[in-house]
Amino acid sequence: MSSHDTDWDGVRLHVVTGKGGTGKTTVAAALALALAAEGRKVLLVEVEGRQGIAQVFDLPPLPYEERRIAVAPGGGDVHALAIDPEEAMLEYLEMFYGMRRAGRALSKMGIVDFATTIAPGFRDVLVTGKTSEAVRRRGKDGRRVYDAVVLDAPPTGRIVRFLNVTNEVAGLARVGPIKNHADLVNGVVSSPETAVHFVTLLEEMPVQETLDGITELREAGLPAGGVFINMIRTSELPQAVLDAASAGRFDPTELSLGLKAAGLTDGGPNAAALAEALAGEITEHARRTELERQERVSLDASGRPRYELPLLTDGVDLAGLYELAESIRAQGAA
Amino acid sequence: MVKNVPVLDLDAIIDDPDTRIIVCCGAGGVGKTTTAAALGLRAAERGRSAVVLTVDPARRLAQSMGLSELDNTPRPVAGVEGEGTLHAMMLDMKRTFDEIIEAHADPERARQILTNPFYQSLSSSFSGTQEYMAMEKLGQLRRSGEWDLIIVDTPPSRSALDFLDAPERLGRFLDGRFIRMLTAPAKAGGRSAFKLLNAGFGLVAGAMTKLLGAQVLKDLQTFVSALDAVFGGFRARAEQTYNLLQAPGTAFVVVAAPERDAMREASYFVERLAEERMPLAGLVVNRVHRSPASALSAARSTAAAEDLETRGEHELTAAVLRLHAGRMQLAAREHRQQEHFVSAHPTVPVAQVPAMPADVHDLEGLRQVGALLAAQ
Repeated sequence: MSSHDTDWDGVRLHVVTGKGGTGKTTVAAALALALAAEGRKVLLVEVEGRQGIAQVFDLPPLPYEERRIAVAPGGGDVHALAIDPEEAMLEYLEMFYGMRRAGRALSKMGIVDFATTIAPGFRDVLVTGKTSEAVRRRGKDGRRVYDAVVLDAPPTGRIVRFLNVTNEVAGLARVGPIKNHADLVNGVVSSPETAVHFVTLLEEMPVQETLDGITELREAGLPAGGVFINMIRTSELPQAVLDAASAGRFDPTELSLGLKAAGLTDGGPNAAALAEALAGEITEHARRTELERQERVSLDASGRPRYELPLLTDGVDLAGLYELAESIRAQGAA
Repeated sequence: MVKNVPVLDLDAIIDDPDTRIIVCCGAGGVGKTTTAAALGLRAAERGRSAVVLTVDPARRLAQSMGLSELDNTPRPVAGVEGEGTLHAMMLDMKRTFDEIIEAHADPERARQILTNPFYQSLSSSFSGTQEYMAMEKLGQLRRSGEWDLIIVDTPPSRSALDFLDAPERLGRFLDGRFIRMLTAPAKAGGRSAFKLLNAGFGLVAGAMTKLLGAQVLKDLQTFVSALDAVFGGFRARAEQTYNLLQAPGTAFVVVAAPERDAMREASYFVERLAEERMPLAGLVVNRVHRSPASALSAARSTAAAEDLETRGEHELTAAVLRLHAGRMQLAAREHRQQEHFVSAHPTVPVAQVPAMPADVHDLEGLRQVGALLAAQ
């Protein structure tokens, strides 16, 4: 372990959720890189069969096995696992009951498909079970195999149901191994070793969903983690200018002079016209900044630590992922 | 704007009296529900009697239509200008499922089904139920004949596939070997039927019991045999709705945002719709960033900002130029994302809606989105 202090020391399972379109998978990947920095070993898990991790790291589709996919800053490894519920179920049958043949028979008859689709409680308990196993796994030396596990979880709307497996399964399986398995998962996800992080944008709907999600988690007795605000656009414009622009009182005179000084109006559009066009951009930016400020205030009411990640204007590539990982570390989230 | 791309003329679609159903589909978080509501309002204000069926529980959308909440019954939206009318409703999948059971089973059987724990799980959380029930509701609205245009917003599925596959998957499950096997003892009147049916069942039943516990298997058998009696009607309806979707009066509108994942989903959806021979109207790309000063490139803008910063002059202008450069880069990136789609699907008509700083809060906001959708 490094001497670097983080807000989540002691947390070994980082569950990352967020509304669609907020960049949940990207943030989960960057968090995994950040947690692996300086010689640690982290497992990044995906559960929705979208091969999002492979896309983010620009890799061919991942099989259902743990493999090293990236090297973290300062040395350290990120491993990845794309959990396939059907495979997880077969593995589970074999591991706990030695039922390889019966498992294959079940699979052939569509029963695994059935069990993993009719009752998402079963499906979820299989994938969270697999994840919990990785969190607790110890090597021959008795030490944990992974320093941390990052789970790219289902979206905010489904997260509590996904994690609250004991509840979901209780109505269906009152006894039996699935129930025991669910209890085991519950032991991990409701412990202080787990934190459920939210990824959001500074927009009304994702912020509202995040706040609702945090409340729901609390009600279910699950540990809420931090809020990662993604895709933040910054500018150096002074607040006074933004205030004037929001109120529709931006004066383009000075801008017009500046554009001339920068030589941007030679032979092109006249300075005043260009300044006017840019003023439109400034006003829009100012209005958005003001709305973002309000959304930040709403988020602060949740009392969760907040981390801000920049919009990568060139899109998310590997370099961008490392940039986000650095930012996550610098802010103490990892 | 992307070059040489056919333009999606949404007014032509909503004005055409032969258009009876518009299905908005696409990845989650791309503004699908808002698009559906805005199209509904615009259609109503252009004379249609329209109903919007949404699966999105967002209160904000209900409020934007002046309704305190949306439920499983179409509610009239006040403030629609012109001759047409607009109704809105939100799918309650459990309620819809219950109604189907009640309509197809005698009261005793219905009670058995409705109280079974498997039914409760199936009706409230089966990953395909929402999609299935959305289609069921669509069929109901269409058969009622009360509206001449139905606009439906599909569930924010993990993958676009679910929406088309769910009815079939639910059907496959309920018609499958496994279910037939489970129902066999009930039909044959005793356990002995197991042996005749399948020598492997002992193994399988043993495994199921180990895995789930004996009670689960019993609940499941009860559930399945009860449901079996009503399911004939189910399948027939699913098929009807599927055919309805393929009919010429239906228009699929794929909704996306100009981002990698959303555009990839859109591509996938377009291909899938073609495979299923579903009538695709085109693609709506929401939240497109444009600049009123697009003649000034990102590179030139950045260079000028650097120049001013080096000289230590015109700080404000430098900051504005940086802001503009960022905007132009974003626009260029969005453009590339759309180009990928267009090169793969050059014949799909596209409509773009510019990004707006604020969310839609009222009917006027929806009206503006509608106008932007139409103004291509």
